[in-house]
Amino acid sequence: MNTLIWVVLPYACLIVFVAGHVWRWRHDQFGWTTHTSQLLESRLLRLGSPLFHLGAFGVIGGHAMGLLVPAPVTEALGVPEHVYHAVAVWGGALTGTVLVAGLLLLIARRLVSARIRRVTTRMDKVLYAFLAAMVVLGMTATVATNLLGDGYDYRETIAVWFRGIFWFQPHTELMTGAPLVYQLHAVGGFLFLALWPFTRLVHVWSAPLAYLWRPYVVYRARRGPFPAPGPTPAEVRSSNAGKAEQALHLHHG
Amino acid sequence: MRIRAQMAMVMNLDKCIGCHTCSVTCKQTWTNREGTEYVWFNNVETKPGIGYPKHYEDQERWKGGWKLDARGRLTLRSGGRGKRLSRLFANPDLPSIDDYYEPATFDKDILVNAPGGLTDTPVKQPYSTLTGKPMAITWGANWEDSLGGSSGQDDPNLARMTAKVKFEFEKTFMFHLPRICEHCLNPACVSACLSGAMYKREEDGIVLVDQDRCRGWRMCVSACPYKKVYVNHATGKAEKCTFCFPRLEAGLPTICSETCVGRLRYLGLLWYDEDAVLAAASVEDDADLLDAQRSVFLDPNDPAVRQAARDAGMPEDWIEAAAASPVWKLIAEYKIALPLHPEYRTLPMVWYVPPLSPVLDAAGAAGRDDSDADDIFHTIRDLRIPVEYLAELFTAGDTSAVAGVLMKLAAMRSYMRARTLDGTVAQELLDGVGMSAGQVEAMYRLLAVAKYADRYVIPAAHKRQAAELEALGAEHDTCPVSDGPHALEITPLPGRS
Repeated sequence: MNTLIWVVLPYACLIVFVAGHVWRWRHDQFGWTTHTSQLLESRLLRLGSPLFHLGAFGVIGGHAMGLLVPAPVTEALGVPEHVYHAVAVWGGALTGTVLVAGLLLLIARRLVSARIRRVTTRMDKVLYAFLAAMVVLGMTATVATNLLGDGYDYRETIAVWFRGIFWFQPHTELMTGAPLVYQLHAVGGFLFLALWPFTRLVHVWSAPLAYLWRPYVVYRARRGPFPAPGPTPAEVRSSNAGKAEQALHLHHG
Repeated sequence: MRIRAQMAMVMNLDKCIGCHTCSVTCKQTWTNREGTEYVWFNNVETKPGIGYPKHYEDQERWKGGWKLDARGRLTLRSGGRGKRLSRLFANPDLPSIDDYYEPATFDKDILVNAPGGLTDTPVKQPYSTLTGKPMAITWGANWEDSLGGSSGQDDPNLARMTAKVKFEFEKTFMFHLPRICEHCLNPACVSACLSGAMYKREEDGIVLVDQDRCRGWRMCVSACPYKKVYVNHATGKAEKCTFCFPRLEAGLPTICSETCVGRLRYLGLLWYDEDAVLAAASVEDDADLLDAQRSVFLDPNDPAVRQAARDAGMPEDWIEAAAASPVWKLIAEYKIALPLHPEYRTLPMVWYVPPLSPVLDAAGAAGRDDSDADDIFHTIRDLRIPVEYLAELFTAGDTSAVAGVLMKLAAMRSYMRARTLDGTVAQELLDGVGMSAGQVEAMYRLLAVAKYADRYVIPAAHKRQAAELEALGAEHDTCPVSDGPHALEITPLPGRS
């Protein structure tokens, strides 16, 4: 059971994540879009969308810091444990709050505006529900456990397990002792990665940074074949004549 | 010099009766799909009026097009690249659907399935295509048709004119303004497209959106000062007028031109120098913009230019088509076509022959003879109202340029009247506008009686023809376009005369 959850599931999700993106990129360029709905509603979006995105940047950065940087590295850099802890907890709580505020506004927007409700797909609903669940679990872990509670040093367990996955040395025993909310958040995180390529989240990989150094006006030559011209009357006549001749030969031959 | 070909259009506004046939056939062809109900690649506005979307010409509000920055460099009005990226999550300059209008459909079943013998006539109710709920229709793409919505007073162009003119204005005149994408030489939409999905076609300058590369960042919509790029809210991608490129490639005019009842549209090639575009868009004084924009065009009858076109690989039929282009004649030879809002600095490629009718109306209202050239000339000079308004639309406020065009149109009318009625040549009229009798008569023919083939000079997709001719040449070892058993059969296009 432990192997299934802490080894098989992460690898399965990562495979779906990579393969899903490859498949989507190759087969659904037309569907690869932010799916903007600002045209239909901009009052709530004007506040909600920047909050959500900025919060998400902070949260992603925080996860990278917590999961990818081993504790000995920050120690070697001379960052005391209590400083690291304060940055992680307070930074996490702050960016998390921004994210929650943005997400609440965006969900409210989907519910309140009849126009937005109508263009919300089933996949959008799954995505919003998943995001909300992940944010609730993550905020519970940060605020309830680490800020208000006794605290849990995930850097010695979850982070090591997470990095181990990429070295093909997953230490399942590190996860079995983790608090339930962390376990759920970790499982949910991998499931979320598996969902990613099939949602509008793919627009993240198209962040238009190349725009900064591209020439303003883009010229492009016409691509693709010209529609094949139909046969000319002369060609039709000659091919008909050929067929007639052939038929005659068959008849007499 | 880098020579490029541009497919361009001129519309003769005096002939537009505001029938919306162009809009309807365009919609049937391109935007009769879910997510594009509110989209009109072609729309016809009544001027003065606030237009579609509402107040789109108010660039203080929408930040469309280009401007010169403090150091005189050309920059998008919505700001630099970094600023645009910072507005990725919410674009403050994007119009909302209500600035266009809420599209509606009707429950026609209620009419079809109404039982017989009703005392009351069944009425079909409008339903919003956005929410599916019953709605009241309070605005549309041509709500102010023929000044019907009386929003003419709110026209952003009037705000830039003097108060006196504004006050008397609405009683004075109105005219129709059909609009499509301008397929600009210096397109703001392409320049603002974050994903690089929008591009200008090298062959004919048509501005298109690559539907596979558009990521829905929606900066093109706000950057276009004409608001002719739209969001399809079903696909999440930008869409715009394609200049009916599949038709043009087959040598056929755009659907709006093909079906134009007033036959007011002209299609043809223009040659321009790509290296001169930036300088023309960057001239300091707004009053110099018109001449600067004209100056980027290259004369298709100049042997040196023709040679340059050949060197650039343009096929012979395109070179001939450029020389026969009615658009070139109206813009550069007769100089009676003007760009819409040159002050946006996008170098638009749909130009307009300004309407003389407002001036004729004003002449009549002032008790003058609207058939007498002298009286019309005086009206053009004295009555600032229509001329100033037209100048706001077509010459960045330069009234003398618009007046010059109107004088030519008035002179042509009077000259042709005299010529037809009693055969006299009104030399003083020709001298007044600096044109020869031959020029005026040719201009008259092009404006009044030009046939299908004269209005639409469109070389078909050249690559195919070139390849075919090459193959034929290799096969026959002689020129295939000759008499004899191997003569190339040229099937004329199903056009009209």
